[in-house]
Amino acid sequence: MRNLLIFITRYNAFFLFIIFEVASLVIYIKYNAFQKATFLNSANTVTGNIYERVNGFYDYLSLDKVNDSLARENAKLRNQLKGSFYIDTIAKHKINDTVFKQQYEYIAARVINNSTNRSYNYITINRGSMDGVNVGMGVICSAGIVGKVVNVSQHMSIVQSMLNRYTRFSVMLARNHEIGSAEWGDDFDTHKGLLVDVNTNAQPKLGESVITSGYSLFPEGIMVGRVSNLHPKAGSISLSMEFAFSVDYSKLEYVEVVNNKYQNEQDNLESLQKKNDQDNSH
Amino acid sequence: MIRTIVINIIRFVLLMFIQVFLLKNISLYNLSTPYVYILFIMLLPFGTPNLLLFALAFITGLTIDAFYDTPGLHAAACIVLAFVRVLFISITVQKEGFDNEPDPSLSVMGFRWFFTYSLTLTLFHHFFLFSLETFHFSEIKYTLSRFVLSSLFTVFLMLVTGLLFFRRRETK
Repeated sequence: MRNLLIFITRYNAFFLFIIFEVASLVIYIKYNAFQKATFLNSANTVTGNIYERVNGFYDYLSLDKVNDSLARENAKLRNQLKGSFYIDTIAKHKINDTVFKQQYEYIAARVINNSTNRSYNYITINRGSMDGVNVGMGVICSAGIVGKVVNVSQHMSIVQSMLNRYTRFSVMLARNHEIGSAEWGDDFDTHKGLLVDVNTNAQPKLGESVITSGYSLFPEGIMVGRVSNLHPKAGSISLSMEFAFSVDYSKLEYVEVVNNKYQNEQDNLESLQKKNDQDNSH
Repeated sequence: MIRTIVINIIRFVLLMFIQVFLLKNISLYNLSTPYVYILFIMLLPFGTPNLLLFALAFITGLTIDAFYDTPGLHAAACIVLAFVRVLFISITVQKEGFDNEPDPSLSVMGFRWFFTYSLTLTLFHHFFLFSLETFHFSEIKYTLSRFVLSSLFTVFLMLVTGLLFFRRRETK
C-alpha cells in the first residue's frame, strides 16, 4: 500500500494528467454533438435505422388520418368552386344581384372494396345514407369519373363502377361539345372505354379530352378520358370511338360522391314528359 | 508570492481577453488560427505544484471553451499541454535552479530554451486540439496544414509577446 502511494506521488503528473484528460474528454464528447455522433457512430447507425423504420411505420399509421383530412378538404374546396353553383338567373331579376345557389355537393368517401376483373364491377365506399349519399348519385375522384351509386346502407354504399356493362354516362368531346355516351369497352380492358352515339359530323381528333356533359349525374367538365382510337366500328349511323380512361380504376382510394340537388326535379320533370308522350301515343 | 499570484491573474485575464476578443476573429486563409492563451500555462512558475498546474490548465481550457462553444475541447488540449510541460521541464531544467529562476519566461531562460519550449508545447497542444476538433481522418491533410500553420503563427506571436515584456536579468 505504501509502495503504491509512493509510486503514485512520484508519478503524480501522469496520474493527474490521466484524471484531467479523461474529465475533459468526457465533457467534450458529452456536449459536442458532432463528436458524440462520430463516437457513437456504429451504435448510431443501428439505432438510427431502427428509429427511422419505426417512424416510417408510425407515419404509415397516421397516413389514414392525413388522407381523410385531405379528402375532406378537397370536397370542401370543390364545394366552393364556381362550377358547382347553379346560377339562378330568374332570381337575379328579383333580387338585383347575382345569387348563387349551390347545385352540386361533394361528399368525400373512401373505397373499401373494389373489383375490376369482372364484367359487372362494383365499388364499395364508406359513406352511406347517414352521410347524405342516395341512390343515383354520381361518384368522381380527383382524376375523373368513377360511377354511380346503386345501393345505399346506413354507413356504406355500392357504386356501379365505370367498368360495368350497365354503366352508361352522357359525355362530350371537350373541343366541340359533341354529345355522346361513354361505356366500358368490349374487351374487358380496364383502361379502355367506348364513346358511342356521337354525331357523324363531330370530327373527333386523336388525343382529344372526353369530359362529362352535365346532362347526367355529374357537373359539366369532369375528365373522363382521352380519345385513343377513332374507328373501332365502321358503317353505323353514328360515330363511335375508343378512349382511354383518365382514372386507373384498379388503384382507386379516395372518391367523392356528387349530390346534384336538382336531380330529383329534373327526373320528375323528365318522367312526366315521358308519361305525357306515352299518353299521347296511345 | 502574492506578487506572483497577482501577476498570473492579470496575465490570465489579459490573455483570455486578447484570445477571445481579438485572436478569435483572426484567421489567415482559414488555415492559421493562433491560440496564444496557452502562454498562461507555459509561463506559470516552475514551483507550481502539479495538482495546481493541472487544475489551472483545466480552468483555462474550460474558460476558452465557454467562449468558443466547444466544451471540453480546449480543456483536453490544455491538459495535454500541462503534461508535456511537466515532462519538458523535468528533462531540461535542473531542480536546484527553481529558486533563482522563478518562471520559464523568455527573459529568464534565454531565447534558445524558450523557443524550443514554446515550440514543443505549442505543437503538442495544437496537434491535439485540431485532431480532436476534426475527429476523423478523412480531412487529415487539411487538419495537418491547419496544425502546422497555426502552430507557427502561435509561436511567432508568443515570441513577440516575450520580447515585448523582455526584462534584463540584472533589473530583477
